[in-house]
Amino acid sequence: MTTMILWVIAYLIFAPLVGGILAGLDRIVSARMQGRVGPPILQPFYDVLKLMEKEALTVNKVQDFYVMCFLIFIIITGGFFFAGGDLLLVIFSLTLASVFLIVAAFSSNSPYAQIGAERELLQIMAYEPMVLMTAVGFYMFTGSFRVSDILTFGQMPLLYLIGIFFGYLFILTIKFRKSPFDLSMSHHAHQELVKGLTTEFSGKTLAMIEVAHWYENIFLLGFVFLFFVNGTPLGIALGVVVCLVAYFLEVLIDNSYARMKWQFTLKSSWVIAITAGFINLVVLRFMF
Amino acid sequence: MSYVTKSPWVIHYDGSSCNGCDIEVLACLTPMYDVERFGIINTGNPKHADVFLVTGAINEQNKGVVQQIYDQMPEPKVVVAVGICATSGGIFKECYNILGGTDTVIPVDVYVPGCAARPEAIIDGVVKGLSVLAEKKAAMGKKPVETAPAAEAAATETEMKEEA
Ligand code: SF4
Repeated sequence: MTTMILWVIAYLIFAPLVGGILAGLDRIVSARMQGRVGPPILQPFYDVLKLMEKEALTVNKVQDFYVMCFLIFIIITGGFFFAGGDLLLVIFSLTLASVFLIVAAFSSNSPYAQIGAERELLQIMAYEPMVLMTAVGFYMFTGSFRVSDILTFGQMPLLYLIGIFFGYLFILTIKFRKSPFDLSMSHHAHQELVKGLTTEFSGKTLAMIEVAHWYENIFLLGFVFLFFVNGTPLGIALGVVVCLVAYFLEVLIDNSYARMKWQFTLKSSWVIAITAGFINLVVLRFMF
Repeated sequence: MSYVTKSPWVIHYDGSSCNGCDIEVLACLTPMYDVERFGIINTGNPKHADVFLVTGAINEQNKGVVQQIYDQMPEPKVVVAVGICATSGGIFKECYNILGGTDTVIPVDVYVPGCAARPEAIIDGVVKGLSVLAEKKAAMGKKPVETAPAAEAAATETEMKEEA
């Protein structure tokens, strides 16, 4: 029980720090890939602190409330995960958080924000099957949806869930909002949608979205980590290294692809979910 | 200290520029000049921007647009007029549709001279704008938010012109 609370507190404090530093690294590595020097590593923190200083400018009153809910539910999602809770609960509260963000975007009558919100819905449709299959895969392998049981199971899930692992990496690009799947909003200057989902948010509201994004990234990498735990320090070390490699891979993909259409996003992620994910589940079913 | 000077996000609007200054503004983002070193990002969204870069003169058609963009930016904000067209109308000044420089519709904080303004000059202009941003931020806490007083803008203008 105490370790559980400690993990949650550690998550609350360290996730935004590590998430922000990862975002800073992301920007430096991206810049280097483009032959630039890039910003200081603490730049994402400067950005958020600056946004906090800006004048509050909102389109309507409910918008800030919804964005606040988004942040809170992202934190709760990560909290469930790091407390060793139920994977299904984690996934559904993550979906709930995303829905709050979408409602916030819809609540402004800006056409850009609304198209961004529609695209976000499509993205959810694209990644959700694979996320669910990931949870089901862990269940079929370890016999439990609880993260704490998966951690103490003793065998490395990766060896049996390799298809699911690759499927999960694929949808991670969508969740990290990286090209080619950064349809609804992006950190780069793709301006055909202005800023998509976040067009109408500014100042503190935008800062909240940014911080939520850091929390979310850490918890998504936590999923990657779960594939490597086998109860030994080696598994933990391997997990952390693979998380960093996965993050680097996402940055590389981000810098080497143009944005795709939503049709491709939806089709490709479902095809991956059915081939890599579902076949993996069927094999798992007949192996045990 | 104010963080607003550490991450100035820029919105760039092309008035009736000949595109010379626009190319130079975009050149600032390339590996050669890489303004992201200073945390500068080119956003397409006035609601996220701190610095408004205007190139080209103001005409009957774009004056409303410039006003709109300016109004949508949250405080603190600065306006940088890039190139001689944005400063005074430049070679287009006598045209039938041209009203004049950017300051005919919105208060301008920094004027960057040149035709076209060099990327170094544009970066310099934005960096000058940062001190104005910091001042405005400091003023924000004290009194109700105000747009740049004309005197202050004029002071910056002479300063820039002297240096140029
Ligand atoms: S200042 Fe010169 S280069 Fe710039 S927009 Fe005007 S004419 Fe073109």
